[in-house]
Formats: sequence, structure tokens, C-alpha cells
Amino acid sequence: MSRLFMFEKPLGMRDTLPELYEKKDRVRSNIAETMKLWGYQFIETPALEYFETVGEASAIDDAQLFKLLDKEGHTLVLRPEMTTPIARVAASKLLKEDIPIRLAYSANVFRAQEREGGRPAEFEQIGVEYINDSTISCDGEVIALLISSLKKAGLDEFQVSVGHVGFAQELFMQILGTNGRTTTLRKFLYEKNYVGYRESVQSFDLSMIDKQRLLKLLQLRGGEEVLSKALSIIENDKGKQAILELQELWRVIKDYGFEEYVKFDLSIVSHMSYYTGILFEVYAGNVGFPIGNGGRYSLIEKFGKKATATGFALRLDRLLEALGGKTLENEMHCIFFSQERRKEAFGLAQQFHSEGKKVVLQDITGVKDLDKFTKKFAGTTFLIGGRDSE
Amino acid sequence: MKNGLTIAMPKGRIFEEAVELLRKAGYKLPQEFDESRKLIIDVPEENLRFILAKPMDVATYVEHGGADVGIAGKDVLLEEERDVYELLDLNISYCYLAVAGLPDTEMNDVAPRVATKYPKVAEAYFREQGEQVEIITLNGSIELAPLIGLADRIVDIVSTGRTLKENGLVEYEKIEDVTSRLIVNPVSYRMKDVFIDELVARLQEVVSYEMGGLLKNENPTSY
Repeated sequence: MSRLFMFEKPLGMRDTLPELYEKKDRVRSNIAETMKLWGYQFIETPALEYFETVGEASAIDDAQLFKLLDKEGHTLVLRPEMTTPIARVAASKLLKEDIPIRLAYSANVFRAQEREGGRPAEFEQIGVEYINDSTISCDGEVIALLISSLKKAGLDEFQVSVGHVGFAQELFMQILGTNGRTTTLRKFLYEKNYVGYRESVQSFDLSMIDKQRLLKLLQLRGGEEVLSKALSIIENDKGKQAILELQELWRVIKDYGFEEYVKFDLSIVSHMSYYTGILFEVYAGNVGFPIGNGGRYSLIEKFGKKATATGFALRLDRLLEALGGKTLENEMHCIFFSQERRKEAFGLAQQFHSEGKKVVLQDITGVKDLDKFTKKFAGTTFLIGGRDSE
Repeated sequence: MKNGLTIAMPKGRIFEEAVELLRKAGYKLPQEFDESRKLIIDVPEENLRFILAKPMDVATYVEHGGADVGIAGKDVLLEEERDVYELLDLNISYCYLAVAGLPDTEMNDVAPRVATKYPKVAEAYFREQGEQVEIITLNGSIELAPLIGLADRIVDIVSTGRTLKENGLVEYEKIEDVTSRLIVNPVSYRMKDVFIDELVARLQEVVSYEMGGLLKNENPTSY
């Protein structure tokens, strides 16, 4: 390995400098405020977890985990997402009473990146987990809260695409049974390889009708009308149930008045193997990657409690990208003072603070390049020598 | 582009065939399209913007959302493994990935070496054969490698086989067929569904017609 430069950071790790921090902070607090208003309570969990517990239960690929050893030789992981640690906390501590729980978090998560090493390996996620309520109202609330949060953050153009794990699963089960062919099709769907999917379907020894049904799955993306189309190609009860759930969800979303933000896509399959019901992804027009995702999952069972939950996680870095490069208005004032008028300057600063205004107190003798320094401020006051000047 | 699509096109071999296909699909592309050296060409009347990229980079532009859709060879998709939708086999620019080398030669036992522009494809292929080989990545003129003893085998795309023949090389195994595919960014696939569905439907029609239902029994209503 080549010698590191002194200023280097590990691959994918980034510094957040003041201006970006300020923007991030505003977005974060807007979203957090919305979550709190909806009755979600924030929690924190440790950055390190055991590999054997949280690491294994997490759906994030092993190769993406940062691992290290503790003194006893246990393998530890830096948390790759927040859902699994929260499932651990919920199962071990919070679910003693059998009641619904609403939790929120904003935390940095860590994922080693293989491709194009500069992609962030540590990034902030903000999200909620609504635990131990299996109703569609719960799913609907999570999606509605997601939409409200994004609106509050200032994002105008976005879309939530909702699918259901059960639909494709049951369609395959009904037509193909549990065998290699199902696995093949699932893999093609997951890899987004529709060409391979269609070629496979055509190569299977099936009736034309069944082939058509399998091919139609790829077209089930759009408004609520896809749900009735979906109902027409599925025959078994579990598959129908998935669509009925989505129809009910649509009614819930409509009651919130958020239908313009929601579309359906029944071909969404997730690498997150713990999803059991509805699942969704969030897209913003000008960002090439999803800015968030979520769904209903059974992860808590891995930690020994029978409960399901629905949650979402937003990636703050991508959300900021989606919000665009609006520079924040500089509202910082600076009071320069010299020794003689120091007390007066401090008094003035207190006045600013009591009005909730940002102000910097600067000893004039501490600044070498006054021109450059004053450019950093929206306004200045000079309390120097015998008389004041603006 | 907010109200339209940005299409990443591969420069070179595939470009002309792709342009022809789009014209057959009813897109009115200006004449200078074919000769221009510009990297970005806007076609406002069709609400399209074309960006011209190296074939290997098309999938990268699409994955990052620099382009909504792109036309890329299956070879590029196999090598780059980008997170994009592969929606349509355009059935143009047919060729295939193959292993080639000097005639009547064996792989070196001590240090088997394979030269290629497709390190991932080559590595995966030989691993599946149970062989661990040293991959030497080159950027072009791969045929040179066995001729001067840099490698025993090459993995490259073959279209007519002429280049191999002229350099005294023979094909050993075929790895996979390659045609150009229509690829789509996952966000654009959802946010611009109307534009994309239209593009797919129009291209699908041309592709099915060109194949005359002879090659595959693909159903035109089911892209």
C-alpha cells in the first residue's frame, strides 16, 4: 500500500463542512419535527453491534459490512442500517406490553462500497418504525408520514412506488410451484433484467395463457388501475389477498389526500428478504437513485417476539441532492470591537441573541485580512476606538 | 430533461444501427445526426436529447441518471453489472463473447493467462469452468496478446470472425450471444413512465416486425 497523505480519509468517508451541515440540519429538523408531531419518538442505538446477531439478521450483504473484533474475539459490525437494531431493541425491551409502538431515528449507517470507491460508505438515514400493528392503516400511516416529511423538507416533485411481496410470489407459486423456475424468474426480476425474464418465460413448458400471465406481471406499474388488472391474472387466495391489501391501502392514502404522490408497481422485489407485505421505494425527479424505501417486515421474529412492523428510511444525502443547490441566506452579523468598547460590544451581542439573531463577536486585532473576513457576514458593526462606524 | 427523455447512445459500431432503429420507430431524427461530432444533440420536436458516449460507459450514465435510457450491448451489461432495467432486446449489432487463442494450443499449466477487455466476464467464465486464471486487462487490439505471448487465450467479442482469422487465431468456446439492449434508469422508469412506455412500445413494434416472428415467438403485446 502506498503511503497515505496526512489529509486522507478511509474510502467513502466524508467530512461535512459548515455550509452543508447547516443545510442537512435544517432538512433533518424539518423531518424530525413532522415525525414528532405524528407521535413518533426518537431513539438511539449503538454504532457497533455483534455480527452474529444484528449483522446476520440484517438484509445488507455480508460483503458490505464493516467488521472488527472486540477484545474477546467477537466479530462486531458497524450498523449497516437502523431497522435491525431497532427490531432488537423492540423485541428485547419495548414489546413487553402488547401495544403498537411508534419509533423514529436519524443516524449514520455504514456500508462498504465496492464499485467506484468514492461513493459514501457512511451516510445518514432518517426514518420511522411503526411496530406491532398489522393493519393497513399502519402501512398507510407510514407512507403518509413519509410524504408529509418530504413535503415539509421542501421537496415538491417525488413519487412513492408501492408493490407487494406476496403478489409475484403467489403468482409464481400458482403457475410454477416451488422449483428452480420460480427462483430463475425471481432472480431476473430482482436484477431488473426483463429481457431475461421474458426469454425464460417463453422457454418454459407452459400454456399460452400462463405465459401471458407471467409476462403481464412486468406491465403492472402505474396508477390504481393496475390493481384490477393484477386481480385478473391471479387466482389463488393469498395472491388475491395481496391485491386487496393494496386496494385498501389506496383508500387509506386517498383519505389522507396524498394519492398524487403514490403509484403502484407489482414487479418491485427487494433484496431485503425480510419484507412480508407491502413495500415501496421513493424517487425524486433529479436524482438517479431512490432516495428512500420501506415496507412491512417480520424481522422482529428473528429476535424472538412475534410482531410485524412497517417502516421507512430516507437517505439524507440523496434527499439533499434532490432538494438542489439552493444556497442558504447568510444571516450572520459581526460585531468588531476594540478593547475600549468591549463591554459595549458584549451588551449589543446580548441584545442580538435575545432577539434570536446570530452574531459573531470579533476582536479587531485578531483579524489579519479584514476585507476577506467581513465578506463572510451579512452585516457588520464596528465598535472601535472613540466612536462607532458601520 | 424534465419533459422528455435523455438517451445515451453508444458511439461507433452500434450507433448507426440504433439510429436506424429509432427512425423506423417513427422518431424524426435530423440528418446531421449521422455526421455530427457533437456530444449532446437535442431533438426538441421529439422531446429527446441524445448524448453520445463510449459504448462501455452507456450503462454508467444510465445508472447515475445522467441519461434516462440508453442503448447498450449485452457485453457491457454483463461486464459492468449496473443497476438498470434491461427492458428490451433490440436485436441489433449481433455478435458474441468467445474464448480464442492460437490454434492447437493448451492453456499454460503454470501461469494460465487470459487477456481481455472484459475482466469480470472472463473471470466468471473461467471460474465456472473450475479454472483459476490470471486476467490481463487490455483496452483494445486484444488479438495481439496471444501473438506476442502475453496470454494463452483472449476473451473478446466476435462478430464476423475476420479479425481472429486475419491474425491467425481460432475460436475455442462461445460464452454468450450479444445484442444491444434498451436500458432504463430505475428512477426514470417510474418518474417518466409515460415517455418510456411509449418509447418501448414503438421500438418493440419495429423489433418484432424486423424479426418477422421467425427468430423468437415473443408476443408483441408483452414487452
